[in-house]
Amino acid sequence: MTKTITDVVCPFCGTLCDDLEVVVSDDGKKLLEVYNACAIGAEKFLHSQAKDRITRPRMRQEDGSWKEISYDEAADYTARMLADAKKPLMYGWSSTNCEAQSVGSEIGEAVGAVMDNTATVCHGTSLIAVQDIGIPSCTLGEVKNRADRILFWGCNPAHAHPRHMSRYSIFPRGFFTGKGHTGRKVIVVDPRVTDTARVADVHLQIEQGHDYELLDALRVAFKGEQLPDVVAGIPKAKIYEVAETLKSGRFAIIFFGMGVTQSIGKNHNIDAAIAVTRDLNEYTKAAIMPMRGHYNVTGSGQVWGWQFGFPFAVDLSRGFARYNPGETTSNDLLRRDEVDAVFVLGSDPGAHFPFSSVRKIYDLPSVAVEPHETPTTEICKVHVPVAFVGVEVGGCAYRMDNVPIETRKVVDAPEGMMTDEEFLKSVLMRVREIKGV
Amino acid sequence: MAEFLIKNGFVFDPILGIKGDVADIAIKDGKIVETSAVTKPKIIDAAGKTVMAGGVDIHAHVAGPKVNIGRNFRPEDKLFNCTPGHGIERMQGGFSVPTTIRTGYNYARMGYTTVMEAAMPPLYARHTHEEMRDTPILDQGAYPVFGNNWFVLEYLKNHEIENTAAYIAWLLRATKGYAVKVVNPGGTEAWAWGLNCDNVHDPVPYFDITPAQIIKGLIEANEYLGLPHSMHMHANNLGNPGNYTTTLDSFKLSEGIKPNSKFGRDQVMHHTHVQFHSYGGDSWANVESKAKEIMGYVNSHDNITIDMGQVTLDETTTMTADGPFEHHLTELNHLKWANADVELETGSGVVPYIYSPNIKVCAIQWCIGLELALLAKDPMRVFMTTDHPNAGPFIRYPRIMKWLMSQEAREQQIDAFKYKDKVIDATNLAGIDRELDLYEIAQMTRAGPAKSLGLAHMYGGLAPGLEADVAVFDFNPNESYVPDDIENAFSNARHLFKAGVQIISDHEIVSNGNKRTLWVNARVNENPQVMRDVKEKFLRYYTVTLNNYEVSGHYLPNPYVIEVDATQ
Repeated sequence: MTKTITDVVCPFCGTLCDDLEVVVSDDGKKLLEVYNACAIGAEKFLHSQAKDRITRPRMRQEDGSWKEISYDEAADYTARMLADAKKPLMYGWSSTNCEAQSVGSEIGEAVGAVMDNTATVCHGTSLIAVQDIGIPSCTLGEVKNRADRILFWGCNPAHAHPRHMSRYSIFPRGFFTGKGHTGRKVIVVDPRVTDTARVADVHLQIEQGHDYELLDALRVAFKGEQLPDVVAGIPKAKIYEVAETLKSGRFAIIFFGMGVTQSIGKNHNIDAAIAVTRDLNEYTKAAIMPMRGHYNVTGSGQVWGWQFGFPFAVDLSRGFARYNPGETTSNDLLRRDEVDAVFVLGSDPGAHFPFSSVRKIYDLPSVAVEPHETPTTEICKVHVPVAFVGVEVGGCAYRMDNVPIETRKVVDAPEGMMTDEEFLKSVLMRVREIKGV
Repeated sequence: MAEFLIKNGFVFDPILGIKGDVADIAIKDGKIVETSAVTKPKIIDAAGKTVMAGGVDIHAHVAGPKVNIGRNFRPEDKLFNCTPGHGIERMQGGFSVPTTIRTGYNYARMGYTTVMEAAMPPLYARHTHEEMRDTPILDQGAYPVFGNNWFVLEYLKNHEIENTAAYIAWLLRATKGYAVKVVNPGGTEAWAWGLNCDNVHDPVPYFDITPAQIIKGLIEANEYLGLPHSMHMHANNLGNPGNYTTTLDSFKLSEGIKPNSKFGRDQVMHHTHVQFHSYGGDSWANVESKAKEIMGYVNSHDNITIDMGQVTLDETTTMTADGPFEHHLTELNHLKWANADVELETGSGVVPYIYSPNIKVCAIQWCIGLELALLAKDPMRVFMTTDHPNAGPFIRYPRIMKWLMSQEAREQQIDAFKYKDKVIDATNLAGIDRELDLYEIAQMTRAGPAKSLGLAHMYGGLAPGLEADVAVFDFNPNESYVPDDIENAFSNARHLFKAGVQIISDHEIVSNGNKRTLWVNARVNENPQVMRDVKEKFLRYYTVTLNNYEVSGHYLPNPYVIEVDATQ
């Protein structure tokens, strides 16, 4: 007999779907089927069942081969590395639960680390913009129940957040949106003809790197002021039309992604996008929301928020919390040789950082805590495989709209494997022994 | 557990009726006991010092989503004030929205031991509990917001009190909440469309119910259940000139309703931060104090308690579930604005604000708050708060004590106002010479709020049997002092005990205590209709499933459950 577990939370993207059903074997050791998930989410669950999964920590040898070590040895190596370092970088924190993030904070305090999460190469710019201008936002249910104007800017949920459109933004029938997608106008701003753009009522195929101009042009158009004939490759008539569409809605929402946060202009683009949203609130109701990537990058910003007061790039190396993006952000630190050890948990900088940063990680003492084999585990000195959060251990995660949901454990981890939180606790204990506190 | 005997202090305790007499307070097994009940106590010499129960804050925004928005979107709030850990203290930071760790320590330093989080969006309850868990020392509870909740709007439209009560009981359990909070009833739902409800008769869009129906209905449902605390109210029309009439209209909705609670409270409505609701005039040019009218009502109706919401003349961060108000505020001061509407339940906004003594309106607000307390006939019903951090950070409580206890301190401040004469004209404060004594302060900060919360059996006094929450301050009321001595002494307790554990010893924090989270488990008769409605709303309109909504127990590592039986 198999068992079906309902209301399972998907630990993949910031959409944090919580309606998955997972079929497990009677003894709860094997995960057999995943229902309701998108292709990526289902794969994440099934990955945990891989026969060739690494289940014990391993250390890189002189000759480049791996040697299996115990969790105790791994914790000892990690603790020594962090305690000996003058300014270690503790990066990642986005694919794990808040409980582990909290223990990480304590280690960071004890060793004087720089704590940074994946926002640093993602929505960190959005967080900076929010510090400039604020953010009128809402939960995704407000979008589902009320929104009739949906604007996707520089994001492609069809591929990056596959169930976003059906659960929250385009298709669902909510309380005041009983007609589903037929009652909504969908606008996509993207230089590419993405699959999201294909389902849009209006696709503004903007010239790459001209987001700021187009956002500003919308603000001009809201006020009915004069525009040049073409802005960012879009004819002015089209801009006036889109401005009118947005103003005439009952509830407008702007979702934005890497296309605006990491293209030229960065946080200034988001400043402008939020200003557009503020302006719209003069005419109707409007909200804006970053399409957060990792399923709990938002949570990491929340945990550090209440513990240190800053959502990313938190430098604890002076004994108190400092925040100065550009100085205390991971890539800047790595490329300026300002950190002397690297600890990675719940992220894959090996795949996503610039090569110049990746090389620095390779040259430094480094530990990667990660259930998968990734480019990061390939370049680190020690790889600590752990249980999958949201599959083999539960814990709290924050959706892209900051709603916290407790993920569930659906199967046991392979015999003898530690969770993120357990491993971090043993590191913390060792750090305290070494530091004598 | 260790025994303590706090000897020879000047004790101020409304519960024992001690007004500064020298007395000894004994602690054993976490409780206050008769001095004869301790055998080998550790002696705490309190000679020449003031001894009071631990402070109880009935209304502060210290944990949860909007508080954290305030932290994360205001790095400037941490400028030059992040401090390293030392001893058992961890790193801390923040002024108006401190980190949770600083929140716990700073309250303890003021001798406070119980703090209620004033507004918890139910969908974000887990977040609120995570922050409270990380707030050391303090006993805390959180009030889920109900005034714009779709279930409540639908039930109360037809005056279905029993269903409303059953839903409240369910939600308190699901969110591990403490009391029924109402913020701008109907107005925040209207704000989901960019609108507002300006007075108690302004109907809520679509739901076709008035704020008056919501307020009255929630009071009745609260009394139907017999919850420890009364309905906790933030009325419509906050912060607008002329709004005192709306406040009085809201007060009047409590008339004729009698408290039904075994927890010893006498009120059916607690109205919070009344300073923000006591404005006359019809524009910012002629705004004036209506504290006399407001207190005239409060003094003559004993089924109401209020708290001040005192402006402290600081740069701070406003945050409230009153979404439309925060939008209004950002239009006024043009500072950054965060808004977070919450599906089916509520909304919120966050805007930084600078209460400058050089701005006439801020000075008038400052006067109004103090007038409320100084015009109070019964200090057991008027409590000291700053609506932290809305009117100012909680660390200013000792400064407010100074203002309340010293006319000289008030005059100094009035003299420093840029528009002194206009401020005096628009307010009553300059004509008030009352100076509160420490006994009245203890009523406003300890015994009164504890009683209003239905927690007089635990907190707020020094009678044997109560929790051993005791603060000792370096203040000798029998010696001459200048006003600033009050502020200094009460900002920095010499000793503090929380549930019998010594938290502060000679001004040093020596323990993180055994922090508890209070919540109310109200049992009601089975109500299939409400459970069906809950299931349906989750299926169709929420974006989380019903089974993922309830906050599970491990978010409250040290819970204190107050059981209420409303099945009869």
